[in-house]
Amino acid sequence: MLGFVLRRLLTSILVLLAASVLAFAMVASLGDPLASLRAKNPPPSAEYFRERRAALNLDKPVIERYWLWLKGFSHGDMGRTLDGKSVSGELGAAFWVTMRMSIAATLMAVFLALLVGVYSAVRQYSVGDYAATFTSFVFLSMPVFWLALLLKRWAIGFVNQPSLFGWHPWHSTILYTTGQQSPTLPHSLFARLGDYAGHLLLPSITLALVTYASWSRYQRAEMLEVLDSDYVRLARAKGVKPRRVMVRHALRNALIPFTTVVAIDIGAVVAGAVITEYVFGWHGMGFEIVTAVRNYDTDLLLAWLMLTGVFVIGFNLIADILYGVLDPRSHVT
Amino acid sequence: MTELDRGPSLPDESPIIVQEMAAIESSATEASEGPEREFTVAARSQFRIVLRRFLHHKLAVVSLVILILLFFMSLFGGAMWKYRPTDETNDLSSPPSMSHPMGTDSSGHDYYALVLAGAQKSVEIALIVAVVTGVVGTAIGAIAGYYGGFTDSVLMRITDLFLVVPELVIFALLANKFASAGWEFLALSLAGVLWVYAARVIRGVFISLREKDYVEAARALGASNRRIIFRHLLPNATGPIIVNITVITATAVLLETSLSYLGLGVRYPDTSLGSLISIYQEASTTRPWLFYFPGVLIVLICLTVNFVGDGLRDAFDPGSRRVRA
Repeated sequence: MLGFVLRRLLTSILVLLAASVLAFAMVASLGDPLASLRAKNPPPSAEYFRERRAALNLDKPVIERYWLWLKGFSHGDMGRTLDGKSVSGELGAAFWVTMRMSIAATLMAVFLALLVGVYSAVRQYSVGDYAATFTSFVFLSMPVFWLALLLKRWAIGFVNQPSLFGWHPWHSTILYTTGQQSPTLPHSLFARLGDYAGHLLLPSITLALVTYASWSRYQRAEMLEVLDSDYVRLARAKGVKPRRVMVRHALRNALIPFTTVVAIDIGAVVAGAVITEYVFGWHGMGFEIVTAVRNYDTDLLLAWLMLTGVFVIGFNLIADILYGVLDPRSHVT
Repeated sequence: MTELDRGPSLPDESPIIVQEMAAIESSATEASEGPEREFTVAARSQFRIVLRRFLHHKLAVVSLVILILLFFMSLFGGAMWKYRPTDETNDLSSPPSMSHPMGTDSSGHDYYALVLAGAQKSVEIALIVAVVTGVVGTAIGAIAGYYGGFTDSVLMRITDLFLVVPELVIFALLANKFASAGWEFLALSLAGVLWVYAARVIRGVFISLREKDYVEAARALGASNRRIIFRHLLPNATGPIIVNITVITATAVLLETSLSYLGLGVRYPDTSLGSLISIYQEASTTRPWLFYFPGVLIVLICLTVNFVGDGLRDAFDPGSRRVRA
């Protein structure tokens, strides 16, 4: 097991290196980090240009620039953004903002997927099963940004409801449609958590709905397969209570592949978070990557890729290890 | 029936007798009572079996009809409609009516004409992506799966790379540079990334198929690799290949509209369903028709593609419980 993990870690580092080379080559060949300077009117002096080029190492050959970046990165220095801020500081804050949304969405999606998947399998070919299947296909076919806009629109209508008999149930806003928090946070811890939660609700529901769809299909298929197995039939024949068969014998076994699928799909959740953040105006990883791409900000882009890359690879590794632990029959070699 | 239409014997819902005609090729046969002989064996080709089974899947058939109508409307509807997307009428911000089935925007553009133009680009891009990834992905996936070796390692390394670098970032970088290159470039760059996913699926199919007994039998009879791939493996992989193409088509629509929404996909003067939503999103509370029509059309296209794919998978492989994700 240890050998397997070590070997995987080694290949992961190689993949990350290759990804950084690819990204560096693309940014270096496609973009001009000084484009915004050039567009300025009146144009800055030639002297200033030379200074900026030297500061960004643009006067050096590409290979040397990559080497300088790699050297800095391997020493923990992620470099600076084009406007001189520290990349690690920027991304550090953004990462936790995105994590907040992704974790909330993943939890919701797992809960929904298990509920719907198990129900559909147990009541196979019932009206409920067909309705659940249809619903998950609809969410599979829906672009994230449109669902986000849709929920946003409905939430605005909901908040702007007229009063009920003189009572204003929505007077104090509980749902927010922009930003990850209010510009001025309330002081008490309780109110602050409420503020976070109010901002979190709509984006994470959006992300959860587009994520749960494929997971519930998967859980349904797994559950059907397990329910059809010999050991479940044996347990029933022995007279084990139906509920116990369902939970102890069927569900527990059907959860094994589900766990690994969730761990592998975490990367897709974070990718979906990028667009959700854009619609809801959050300043998380999505905002950072859009800025990085727009300005050809090499340091920011590469650090972003490395951070999400480590995250995705980490969860893939966890998925493999989990599978080995949960299902001892599958021996990883 | 041609060689291509033949495949493995598949159980059907009607009582049929399955006969192993030969170790290499087998076909399903049906026993029926003829007037003269006690048994008349009528061979049914794989194509006919699949077609029959698909037609039993009502949702898939209905989806296919709607999908064909949607494609036809998107590709040719714009030319037949009475307004052009650039026409400015005197009806400003009018809700859907008989003369403007999808209403108008604030400068009097007929929204149906705009939506048709947007749908045309989205569908054209999706079709180009489907054809290119279908051909390239299948070819490379087949070679990698069958031969293993160098092609396989390269394919798997590229797959690893795409796991780490989100496709959105690649498109965003390319889009920034090639803003003027037009929608054809967008379609090709989408295909340039999505073929990897197609190839990975087909690779898996070929790896499992190449171990089958009939391949070994064919090889024992002295069949060349080329003959095995084209005569034995490809016909048996038809199902997964077609289903794979439907998945890629839906993915392409979703990716293209998302990119266009972010302003990185189809650009002015071309329009796509995604860019329409992006342009009119501010109007969603006051003039909801500007928001709903393009979005519902995206969902409808993807949904019907997915249902057709699901029906096809069941038709090709009724025993399978694999899920589409």
